[in-house]
Amino acid sequence: MSKSNTKLASRNKWMQRFISAPYVVWSIGFIVLPLLMIVFYGITTKDGRVTFDNLKMIFEPTNFSTLVLSVQLSLVSTLVCLLIAYPLALALRSLKLKSNGLVILMFMLPMWMNFLLRTIAWQNILEKNGVINMLLGAVGLPKLNIINTPAAIVLGMVYDFLPFMIIPIYNVLAKISDDVIQAAADLGANQFQILIRIIFPLSLPGVVSGLTMVFVPALTTFVISDILGGGKILLIGKVIEQKFKQGNDWNGGSGLSLVLMVFIFLCMAIVQKYDKDSEGSGVW
Amino acid sequence: MAADFAKGKESRPGQTEKNYMAQNNKLINLENVTKKYGSHVVLDDLNLYIRENEFLTLLGPSGCGKTTTLRIIGGFETPDTGRVIFDGQDISNVPPNKRQLNTVFQKYALFTHMTIAENIAFGLKIKKKSSQYIKDKIEYALKLVNLDGYGNRMPDSLSGGQQQRIAIARAIVNEPKVLLLDEPLGALDLKLRQDMQYELIRLKNELGITFVYVTHDQEEALTMSDTIVVMNQGYIQQIGTPQDIYNEPQNAFVADFIGDSNIIGGVMLEDHVVEILGAKFQCVDEGFGNNTPVDVVIRPEDVDLVEPEEGTIQGVVTSLIFKGVHYEMEVEANGFSWLVHSTDLSPVGKKVGIRVVPFDIQIMNKPESEDEEAVGVNE
Repeated sequence: MSKSNTKLASRNKWMQRFISAPYVVWSIGFIVLPLLMIVFYGITTKDGRVTFDNLKMIFEPTNFSTLVLSVQLSLVSTLVCLLIAYPLALALRSLKLKSNGLVILMFMLPMWMNFLLRTIAWQNILEKNGVINMLLGAVGLPKLNIINTPAAIVLGMVYDFLPFMIIPIYNVLAKISDDVIQAAADLGANQFQILIRIIFPLSLPGVVSGLTMVFVPALTTFVISDILGGGKILLIGKVIEQKFKQGNDWNGGSGLSLVLMVFIFLCMAIVQKYDKDSEGSGVW
Repeated sequence: MAADFAKGKESRPGQTEKNYMAQNNKLINLENVTKKYGSHVVLDDLNLYIRENEFLTLLGPSGCGKTTTLRIIGGFETPDTGRVIFDGQDISNVPPNKRQLNTVFQKYALFTHMTIAENIAFGLKIKKKSSQYIKDKIEYALKLVNLDGYGNRMPDSLSGGQQQRIAIARAIVNEPKVLLLDEPLGALDLKLRQDMQYELIRLKNELGITFVYVTHDQEEALTMSDTIVVMNQGYIQQIGTPQDIYNEPQNAFVADFIGDSNIIGGVMLEDHVVEILGAKFQCVDEGFGNNTPVDVVIRPEDVDLVEPEEGTIQGVVTSLIFKGVHYEMEVEANGFSWLVHSTDLSPVGKKVGIRVVPFDIQIMNKPESEDEEAVGVNE
């Protein structure tokens, strides 16, 4: 009896392995190997000697200040996204829409348009002779210098990544039952206390997801700073891109990528520490 | 009679002396309360008072307006017209967090991100009580609901019955004058539900506060209540003690909703004599006039099966089911299928006589309109 059982179990095990084989191959080929290659390039020189110079490169004054600026801009963008998305998600929740699909669609729809196209559209709006300045000129106000400033980059990031903040927060908020909110009111809490003590803590997993999903792409993007920063404002993603494409320095680029990866990993670990119940957040 | 309640002339027949003494102490008074959702009238000109320290149950089928009534008292709904008076003050537009009452929700509604102790402390922290006071209260409340030592657990780790007891503890630490309970035992299984009924009665007696309880379960209502308010389709059908409601239902709806009953059309020939299915029965009712059509309610346990010649009417047993405590039989007699509960067995096919003690025959006026008839039996 037990013998045939173990036989069956081992056969099942082999079956499972067989079925998962394509995914294992895929993961190895497209995730593990590229990662290992980056690690390899990151800790070697062009002629293959092991070195930590590529990693230390982040401490060169220009690179380091670029990293600091990148972190600053993506933090600001993430924060602005949160400040816009949270009240919006709250409002959407209180609308009590019958189908969540419509809400999701509303915010997904712009994302279906090409990311580059939308960013270039902003370029046209913000330009010296763009839409905003034309309107300002028409009513006799002085022109604004928005394009090629950090503000323009933040605006681009917020616009592009806002849906990634709204959707996870809205999903969590929509699941909070009215009974729980009414129970808090019943126990004497006013609207503000309900928001701070009940709704916000319960929505934390969504907030953490949103923070991750905005902060990480914002930190590594180079397209937005390229288009809206006019190449004048260098972000860390751009530096890495330049290493690969212009400097043909794969080792340097990989080294910086590794450092950035570890940095993001640390950031996320810190955020997640404050939300033990979070069910993993997209990126990791 | 139902119409009387609807028009606001509230009376409570058959009150016990104890209740009568306390009658002046109306803690909550609903005056002419109407509530509509769109064109659907949920409550129609409802009048109801709740006395201090009573266990009052709003009983009725789903959609009868009982939960809406509770939510209006709790402040989660505002009446379209009418007033809610609490302790002499109009609180119709006072938000829930400013009312001196607390609610226990059907699905517990515990705060899942807080421990049990934090859940219980929530209301007290809002009121900025001292930490020692809060600590004592948590301990007291957990003891009261027999969950001593559960303070550091998370709500998810508790069973449904335990969660509901925590929800009760969380409400009562605030020392409300009234505790509102919205089908709190609805999600529990039968055995647990029965245990919790006794638990609630004990709590009520220990706390000495008013309980307003909503349920569709007539047994729950009969077991726990001082006063039962039977509702249907936005109207109060009858208000009374459990004994009143069970023994003297005022219309066919109440008779049918509370327990099993035989509801038979009859004619009140004169005082103390009613004609049912062509036979004359003695009863104790009077004042209906002569030859008045009435509805007669006879509870199945009040039908005595005797030898055919001893019965007022004769019939044949057509079905027999063993129910544990008693047998449930159906007896076909004079064109009506009588439901009979008895501890004595009469086999199917046996000829029997039916006899009813005069005191066990309950006479009701026929509904006055078609409209009210529709309110009746088909729930």
